[in-house]
Amino acid sequence: MKRFAALFEALDASTRTRVKTDALAAYFREAHAEDAAWAAWFLTGHRPRQAVPSKRLHLWAAEAAGIPLWLFEECFDNVGDLAETIALVLPPPAHASDLALHEWIESRLLPLRELSEAEQKARLLGYWDQLGGTARFVFMKLITGNFRVGVSALLVMRAIAQAFGVESNVVAHRLAGEWSPSAAFWKSLVDDVHAEADRAGPYPFFLAHPLEGDPQALGERDAWLAEWKWDGIRAQLIRRGEATALWSRGNEPIAGQFPELMADAQRLPHCVIDGEILAWRDDRVMPFAALQKRLNRKNPGAKVMAEAPVIFLAFDLLEWEDEDWRVRPLTERRQRLLDMLHAIAGGTRFRATSPLPAATWEGLALARAQSREHGTEGLMLKRASSPYGVGRPRGDWWKWKIEPYTLDAVLIYAQKGHGKRASLYTDYTFGLWNGGELVPFAKAYSGLDDAEIREVDAFIRANTLERFGPVRVVKPELVFELGFEAIQRSKRHKSGIAVRFPRMLRMRKDKAPSQANTVDDARELAGWENAA
Amino acid sequence: MTQLIESTARGLYCAAGGFHIDPWQPVERAVITHAHGDHARPGSAHYLCAAPGLAVLRARLGEGASIQAVPYGEPIDMNGTRISLHPAGHVLGSAQVRIESRGETWVVSGDYKLEPDPTCAPFEPLACETFITESTFGLPIYRWGAPASVAASIEAWWRANAEEKRASVLFAYAFGKAQRILAGLDASIGPILVHGAVDAMNAAYRESGVALPETKLAIELEKGFDVSRALVVAPPSAQGSPWLKRFGDYSDAFASGWMAVRGQRRRLAVDQGFVLSDHADWPGLNRAIEATGARRVLVTHGYTAPLVQWLAERGYEAAAMQTRFEGEPGAEA
Repeated sequence: MKRFAALFEALDASTRTRVKTDALAAYFREAHAEDAAWAAWFLTGHRPRQAVPSKRLHLWAAEAAGIPLWLFEECFDNVGDLAETIALVLPPPAHASDLALHEWIESRLLPLRELSEAEQKARLLGYWDQLGGTARFVFMKLITGNFRVGVSALLVMRAIAQAFGVESNVVAHRLAGEWSPSAAFWKSLVDDVHAEADRAGPYPFFLAHPLEGDPQALGERDAWLAEWKWDGIRAQLIRRGEATALWSRGNEPIAGQFPELMADAQRLPHCVIDGEILAWRDDRVMPFAALQKRLNRKNPGAKVMAEAPVIFLAFDLLEWEDEDWRVRPLTERRQRLLDMLHAIAGGTRFRATSPLPAATWEGLALARAQSREHGTEGLMLKRASSPYGVGRPRGDWWKWKIEPYTLDAVLIYAQKGHGKRASLYTDYTFGLWNGGELVPFAKAYSGLDDAEIREVDAFIRANTLERFGPVRVVKPELVFELGFEAIQRSKRHKSGIAVRFPRMLRMRKDKAPSQANTVDDARELAGWENAA
Repeated sequence: MTQLIESTARGLYCAAGGFHIDPWQPVERAVITHAHGDHARPGSAHYLCAAPGLAVLRARLGEGASIQAVPYGEPIDMNGTRISLHPAGHVLGSAQVRIESRGETWVVSGDYKLEPDPTCAPFEPLACETFITESTFGLPIYRWGAPASVAASIEAWWRANAEEKRASVLFAYAFGKAQRILAGLDASIGPILVHGAVDAMNAAYRESGVALPETKLAIELEKGFDVSRALVVAPPSAQGSPWLKRFGDYSDAFASGWMAVRGQRRRLAVDQGFVLSDHADWPGLNRAIEATGARRVLVTHGYTAPLVQWLAERGYEAAAMQTRFEGEPGAEA
């Protein structure tokens, strides 16, 4: 545990990729297999379910620290993180422990969930007295199920590759998908380079960068493939050996949510394809809200499936007849993809994207301007000769999204942020006018720089009208231009509308609150009839 | 009980003695607890400070200021009130002000800490009926580790950077924190360079008889001076300034009590945070308050409200006292 805590400190302290990779590689080289497996499991974003309810942790930590609950809450409010608050308020440990990471996890953390409340408490108080500083913090992050440190899964994979001289792609492939952290798994990961097990794991997803500025800068139009950017669930379908699997970009297995896709997938040959799952009806994409009803719902009933029928719109082929095709040029992969899908008699729910025909960048710009009519978020531009890369290297894949919708709204509520922003008011709720009153319509956290955050934070502290727990009601004075991607009807929101991906574009110091937009303006933007 | 000291528009005021303590507006007679900018402001007609703090207060107020210095513990009479200054352990020359009038004793803590510090006299607990305490770190999340282990981790960081041939830039308040860090350092690791603001305070410390290792003023380095093994001590205001360019690809760190909280550490975007403060931590505040035997505690700058409530629940007559002191810069308002 001490070593893992020291690794956490090193990763947390540095912003340099090389330093992080070296620290990770050194840890993986030195750690025992069972510890390394758990470390890799956590560092690649896996989390155990929360072992003990937060409410109990608050109560017990206050008791162990010898402080009243209100004072613990005051501390929590200032720190912004439960695990860290607990680590800080407790006195230093009386009996330091040398137990290894995997023992802390397997014989202490994991069994906690099943214990009675009294037994949980007795054990936790004992554990707190055995861990100091960062180790206590890390253990509590694992218990609360929100362990996070500034490394990407990709970096972890690179570090493992570096530590054991294995190819980064191979590590990435083996770590993608579902695996359990055991010594046996770790050995198969780092020892045996060639035995590609018949696993049903996905490849790491290749991600695009946002295109800023003019696409002319990309060079010849002919060298690029353009297609719509669809707003669905990015997924890989795996057909390999006996296995058929469907993975989301977060490496979640999602086959259970889409039985109709899995049934059709049986008709596909051995392959791995990448695409977007979309709710689709009458040859048209349905709003994202329709697809949302299908998410996190295993074995959906016939009614749900009929209300939001889905297709898999494939745009790339990564593996063909058990051979890795990712290094081949995009055009070749796509040709194989089209041939494969066309060869299936009667068609399936697996379709291929169609490239946009416009022959010039100007023509594409016109197409992009019609994205909303097609229910898309803009365009994807992919270099025709590009391989399917790992992660997000710049240069080959660009997303050229449409300009967001914008509205001017008034800041009405504020709450403190988390992590780096724990002591600042950074989480804002904005209101639109609706007959003389401001009704909340969107929350936004991002878009301001540090100086603006400080300025708004100071304004909030000086202009609080009321407090409800952590929420401050703020004097309606500051106007912000908000950007967002889509407007949907919502019964849950007082304004009757919900927006997708809201963020702050800028402060409108030139505008008085009375000049902010109204709910009717938002409805008009969405193209709905106004009731009035 | 009477109100021997009250907070007025000009500062903490003792009407019986006719003097202010650390006033924020110019007054006739100012008793100064220590020379930090939020406690020692220019413009008053006469100042009184503890003798060990004379040089640093002079450096802050200038040659023209009228300053009377008294040794720690030596009582003086002002309008029939008896006042004396006692070590607060905060920085060189820092003092608690003890005021006795008609059989009643008040103590104003100024800023204080209980941990050992080689650059100043240790905090002296004083019995009193009313104690006016700071509360900069008045939450139970603030618990300082042993200063020796903080010093060891600073040296370990410096040594590791030196081995990688990178300069180590350490941000610390120019008055107090910087000298406290310098005083205990193992100077064999490499040269120690300082910013001008730190250098000015170093001079005042040396003049006062505090031993510090040899330091060089960074702007006076000869051309081609090898900074790759150097420790650079600079005030926080130097962060992000072009002054730092001369140190190449350096590693940076910040020494402050605020570094105890990860969010604060990350917000400053430095490589390392060292938890080192010249203010009392939570256990320290509680121990100091208890040691006074005071029944009444008035709480100034910091986490005032929670400390007041905590003390009230423990049977003290506790209240907040408004001041314009700032505690350790970097705190949220």
